[in-house]
Amino acid sequence: MDFQLVWQYFPDLLNGAWLTIELVALSLFVGFFLAFICGLAALSRYHLLRYLAQSYMFIFRGSPLLIQIYLIYYGSSQISWIKDSFLWAILSQAYWCALIALTLNTAAYTAEIVRGAIRNIPQGAIEAGKSFGMSRWLLFRRITLPQTLRLMIPAYSNEVIQMLHASALVGAITLMDLTATAQNLISRTYASYSFYLAIAVIYLVTTYVISGIFRLLERRLYRHLRLNEA
Amino acid sequence: MQNISAYGWMLWDGFFMTVLIAVTSFAIALFFGLIAAYAKLTRSKIVNFIASCYTVIIRGIPEYVLLLILYFQGAQLLAFIISLWAEPQGFIEISPFMAGCLTLGFVYGAYATEAFRGGFQAIPKGQIEAAYACGMSRWLVGWRILIPQMWRFSLPALGNIWMVLLKSTAIVSLIGLEELARKSRIAAGATRDPLTFYSIAALIYLGLTAISILLIRYLEHKSHPDRRKGYN
Repeated sequence: MDFQLVWQYFPDLLNGAWLTIELVALSLFVGFFLAFICGLAALSRYHLLRYLAQSYMFIFRGSPLLIQIYLIYYGSSQISWIKDSFLWAILSQAYWCALIALTLNTAAYTAEIVRGAIRNIPQGAIEAGKSFGMSRWLLFRRITLPQTLRLMIPAYSNEVIQMLHASALVGAITLMDLTATAQNLISRTYASYSFYLAIAVIYLVTTYVISGIFRLLERRLYRHLRLNEA
Repeated sequence: MQNISAYGWMLWDGFFMTVLIAVTSFAIALFFGLIAAYAKLTRSKIVNFIASCYTVIIRGIPEYVLLLILYFQGAQLLAFIISLWAEPQGFIEISPFMAGCLTLGFVYGAYATEAFRGGFQAIPKGQIEAAYACGMSRWLVGWRILIPQMWRFSLPALGNIWMVLLKSTAIVSLIGLEELARKSRIAAGATRDPLTFYSIAALIYLGLTAISILLIRYLEHKSHPDRRKGYN
């Protein structure tokens, strides 16, 4: 491994890493809200809403992200009404296509987590809220929402890590994320071991930092379950 | 429509290749997973440590990056390992298919390890003690008590791994294996009709996912006769 070479090109790698983090953070942020809407719709009383939400989840969880990225990036240019509208300014750029694909993908996976969490809320808590005369909105804000967020954490930390790993695919549509930067540097310097190892270490460290943060969060939010330890 | 009939056979080939890659890599993943799960549960601290390194490292790096590393550097690595024992006999070549499957299998083996470990630990301790009390050897306990029952507890997690693996086979297209994603990319490029061909590819993947869901549900039903209605 050639540390000197990696150090020399480290700013490039940092640029790539920054794009990776930016894409992942933005898509997770927007995807989280979409996931809540979708997860609630999947549990709704209305058949049509439930059906729509469930098909969305099935389509985005059942097909590979790479195909989704290709469809949005290459496929959108074929639809004439998109090309004529303001949407084309967005969909003609690889950056926005990647962001849209990642967002829709994580929203589908997170919606499944939201749905599972809402269904695991103890029924007694909801019944108790109702018997206090809480309105539907108050019940959601005070009981359903906080408990859902707490129950989601273990599964959601996996989703965040999977998004970090999935973002390595955006290089397929010309974006220079961390992986694509490394590939580019390798084709310039032929030092394949060094750069692959360097990005592997960067991904590894980032993954375990994320996992550590979530573990701390989990410890804090589940502290009522560890009373005996103190 | 003309394009579809002209390039349909290509997608058909790609579909078979995708299934073949997925099944082969899954078999390899089960193999690695079983060995690593056993290694994690033995008493030897060194073996435990090696198995933990395997799962921690593999699960912390994107599949795509691992694929690039193992696929492009794997042959050199293998040549180096072989040269430790024997005189190098020319260039070692692995077919792209085997290299892709080995890589995917190696990566998903790390995920399967946790599934198997959970499966082994879910087996009631009393049964193992009873087997020892009957005078069974360690191997016989593993063969007759642990392995047959472990599948039942590992099945839900293994089902998930299978679904993720199935979709990850699309990544193998980026290193040149001629499977569904690659074939649809070629067809899309040749006909300048990406919308149609990527949609067809997506539908085929969705079909495979749907079949897998049904199959996993059937296997779970089969593996838990005690949970079926009318049994108790």
